[in-house]
Amino acid sequence: MDFVNAIILLLNYIFIPALTYGSQLALGAIFVTLIYGILRFANFATGDMMSFGTMATILFTWYFQSLGVSLGVLPTALLAIPFGVIFMILYMLLIDKFVFKYYRHQKSPPVQFAMVSIGVMFVTQAVVRIIIGPADRRFFDGEKFIIKAREFKEMTGLNEGLALKSTQVITIFVTIVLVSLLFWFLNRTKTGKSMKAYSDNEDLALLSGIDPKKIVLVTWVIAGILATIGGALYGLDKSFKPFTYFNNMLPIFAAAIVGGIGNPFGAFLGGYVIAFSEILLTYAYKKFFMYVLPANMEPEGLVQLLSTDYKFAVSFSILVIVLLYRPSGIFKGKVL
Amino acid sequence: MVGIFQSWNIALSIFNLCLISAVMTMGANIQWGYAGLINFGIMGYTALGGLAAVLISVDPVQEAWRAGGFDILMALWLIVVMVLVIRFILKRFEKSKIRTYSIAAIIISGILLIRFSAEPGIEAIEAVDPAKTGFLGGFGLPIVFSWIVGALFAGGLAFIVGKVALGLRADYLAIATLLISEIVIAIIKHEDWLTRGVKNVIGLKRPAPYEVDLQTTDWFINLVEKFNSGKLSVIENLADRQAALNQLVIEGSSVFVKLCYSGLFLVVVIILLILTQKALYSPWGRMMRAIRDNEEAANAMGKNVVKQHLLIFILGSAIVGIAGAMLVTQDGLFTPGSYRPMRYTFLIWVMVIVGGSGNNFGAILGGFVVWFLWIEAAPISLFLINFFTAGIPETNALKAHLIESVPYFRFLLMGLGLLFIMRYRPKGILPEKIEIK
Repeated sequence: MDFVNAIILLLNYIFIPALTYGSQLALGAIFVTLIYGILRFANFATGDMMSFGTMATILFTWYFQSLGVSLGVLPTALLAIPFGVIFMILYMLLIDKFVFKYYRHQKSPPVQFAMVSIGVMFVTQAVVRIIIGPADRRFFDGEKFIIKAREFKEMTGLNEGLALKSTQVITIFVTIVLVSLLFWFLNRTKTGKSMKAYSDNEDLALLSGIDPKKIVLVTWVIAGILATIGGALYGLDKSFKPFTYFNNMLPIFAAAIVGGIGNPFGAFLGGYVIAFSEILLTYAYKKFFMYVLPANMEPEGLVQLLSTDYKFAVSFSILVIVLLYRPSGIFKGKVL
Repeated sequence: MVGIFQSWNIALSIFNLCLISAVMTMGANIQWGYAGLINFGIMGYTALGGLAAVLISVDPVQEAWRAGGFDILMALWLIVVMVLVIRFILKRFEKSKIRTYSIAAIIISGILLIRFSAEPGIEAIEAVDPAKTGFLGGFGLPIVFSWIVGALFAGGLAFIVGKVALGLRADYLAIATLLISEIVIAIIKHEDWLTRGVKNVIGLKRPAPYEVDLQTTDWFINLVEKFNSGKLSVIENLADRQAALNQLVIEGSSVFVKLCYSGLFLVVVIILLILTQKALYSPWGRMMRAIRDNEEAANAMGKNVVKQHLLIFILGSAIVGIAGAMLVTQDGLFTPGSYRPMRYTFLIWVMVIVGGSGNNFGAILGGFVVWFLWIEAAPISLFLINFFTAGIPETNALKAHLIESVPYFRFLLMGLGLLFIMRYRPKGILPEKIEIK
């Protein structure tokens, strides 16, 4: 029996990856939930908007790299993200002006908005693929590991190594900072409060003199920040491929709904719920039990609840269950 | 048109896919246009239709059945027993926390039990000649039957999905159906014992003759000779003439096979069109429109809204299932990896919206126009790029980049098309028109 090794094993293969993946999902989910709460539609272009922001970031990263600018041990992309964000916001405002504004003024039903956002999805996908191509791209530079598995083993003398990638630390750190800033903004500032009021009851908010144009603008700005940073962090940690980003839309939706759509805090936690359940249910626990159980009780199989192929299916099943039993999500969002 | 510019062969294969798209669009149109139900799970039903084609037409793999058939049947039994037990509990006990938890416990323990009991069987089946079979195979029936079975499969899935999700508000229904269809694809992709998964099933039986057989059949050669007698008589030399005839026979055989498919698909489209038109103008169609336009009023008039929604959800999905089976029939292979939401859900929705929701002719038109543009977008945009950049030398980086990314202009075309139609003609090219007789 060896509990220390077992815990390190879980940390290395479950806890840290899930936390990273969850942070990336959480940013996307807050993006979805904000658009849903304030602009009142399910944005099917989520994944592709994230890939657009990431693309802008990558282009700026390349530009900085060609200039020879770098942040030393940190990836250059961190420097490029603010520029990517500006680009993303401009693109979103452009789309809002030419596409969504019309339907907002018509007071179209949410379904029509969703259909329109599919059109936006097609266009954005085309733009991204035409500019940067559909290939898999890595744009990470700088120091890759903070702690390498081997160093950790030598340091502590344990059997199990603990590898900590710098992208994982950056992701978690940036997410915490960004999300705390966002909640501070939503709960403490006047604009943030008026956004909440607008989301709760549009007519009342308009009566009390809230400017809807400003609300929409601020929403797109926040959405742009979240989409770009979420996308860029995912790209840094894994790699950038337009098709994967499109697919990531689905777990992001799941996270937003599980957390209670329209509720940013719920979406934040929903990201982690989805990430942890995906990884916990598809991890093979054989090694863990080898450490925990006495030698003669070692399990024979992989002790895996579901094969890793079903990773996505897990999060969708959770969503279906939540929809069945608590349609408003775990943390009470809007009632559907 | 394509027939003249490119070749008859390509033209016919586009035409066949147009017909299949039209069937899918009709299915989605029934749900959206008649009843206002949004279904983003088209991909899942298409894949189930394809699965039906495999299960019906492939010969059973006897060895695999011997190796693991018993375990699989046991697992099926367990599932049936589990469902019955849950139904029994739902009927007998009042709704309470304990009931919910006990049902959850039954489901979880049931899944574990099934997994452990079926595991050796699955492994045994997948070990049977994995390069060729490694799955249970099907029933070895003619593949045309699978069109009906595909409809049944898709309808069955729609029944379950409808029971679960139809109470949701429209955009949630969209997301839920999209995610459920992803689950279906995940299962089809990874349950190798049933579908061979990503290893694909190839060489399915055909309802039409094979090209190779045709090329050696006398009546077919005579037919080709007759058709091209003008062209052939110009050639003087006998050997040259024979060679030219052979070439024509080879070309003609693939055109002929495609024509057979076209005929079969056309029959399906026409039957469906007649049925859907009849339904649209029947009292039932009027009731569906009433439910769509004002659910509460229809409910107050004593129409069972929930039941009708479920019914139309099943019907529409079944039609999509037929299309899925037709697609696999025409391709002759089943590739679970190729089912992507872009191609099988969103594109179909573009067809529905562009063609005109609520109008069956609109759905067919949408299927034809959109599929044609989807295929021909690349050549068209290549032509346009060359046209506009004619003055720029070939080595220009921008031009080279644009030409390289020609395949992606189809997304742009579809997106812009959808946006423009939504904005300026929100009812589609052929809007719904209701004649009051």
